Amino acid sequence: MVPIQSYLALSAVLFVIGAAGVLARRNAIIVFMSIELMLNSVNLTLIAFSVYLGNATGQMLVFFVMTVAAAEAAVGLAIVIALFRRKKTVNLDEINILKW
Amino acid sequence: MTLETILFYSLAAVAIASALLVVTRRSPVISALYLIVNFFCLAGLYLTLHAQFIAVIQIIVYAGAIMVLFVFVIMLLNLGDERKLSEGMSYKKVIAVGLAAGLLTELIYVIETSWIVLPASTVNQATEIGTVEYIGGQLFTGYLFPFEVTSVLLLVAIVGAIVLAKRKL
Repeated sequence: MVPIQSYLALSAVLFVIGAAGVLARRNAIIVFMSIELMLNSVNLTLIAFSVYLGNATGQMLVFFVMTVAAAEAAVGLAIVIALFRRKKTVNLDEINILKW
Repeated sequence: MTLETILFYSLAAVAIASALLVVTRRSPVISALYLIVNFFCLAGLYLTLHAQFIAVIQIIVYAGAIMVLFVFVIMLLNLGDERKLSEGMSYKKVIAVGLAAGLLTELIYVIETSWIVLPASTVNQATEIGTVEYIGGQLFTGYLFPFEVTSVLLLVAIVGAIVLAKRKL
């Protein structure tokens, strides 16, 4: 089998790409997609450890992470729609009503 | 090079390339399409790890449900001229990419220098763990309470999404 370090390194690369997207992009929808990328990379780590340790707990956790990700996407996109209705933009730099 | 190694490296290359395209494309629709490619690559990687159930769930839930939601929202918002969301190069982006590169260096350093000693998990054991039968059994015995709490979470998410997105209640 491929050594677990390969899976962990791939997962680290995907996580960092997602983190860079969250930090650098200003379009709220693309920031959301980057968060999904980060969640997926963590899922990959959990499954790799679950398989290499011969323990199913990691796969259970991935199941719950996916449920939470679905709920998070639904609520988050609803927030984006509500924001767009009010401000007519999804640019995160212009959404600063909580900023002093 | 066994078949598994070739599969891993090709899927990993496509996953990284599509992830980069997700965060660099200007149009959200194109990003969404590359995100679907990324999800399918990850499902393939789960299959190389013998996690069949999670691979199927990945395609159904992520590529099926969540991406449809994303595409629907992009359609509803009708962003029109995407150049209005001009995201030129700024010092913030340079700092963001620098921080990300630092994080990547740290993570790779930790992974490469760690001495992970794992009990040799045989392929048979991994195949047994990944089946729907085994995961379902675990889910309805050891993890029954979290599983039931999940249904409450989904109900809250449904109500919350409707309350937030509805024009007038």
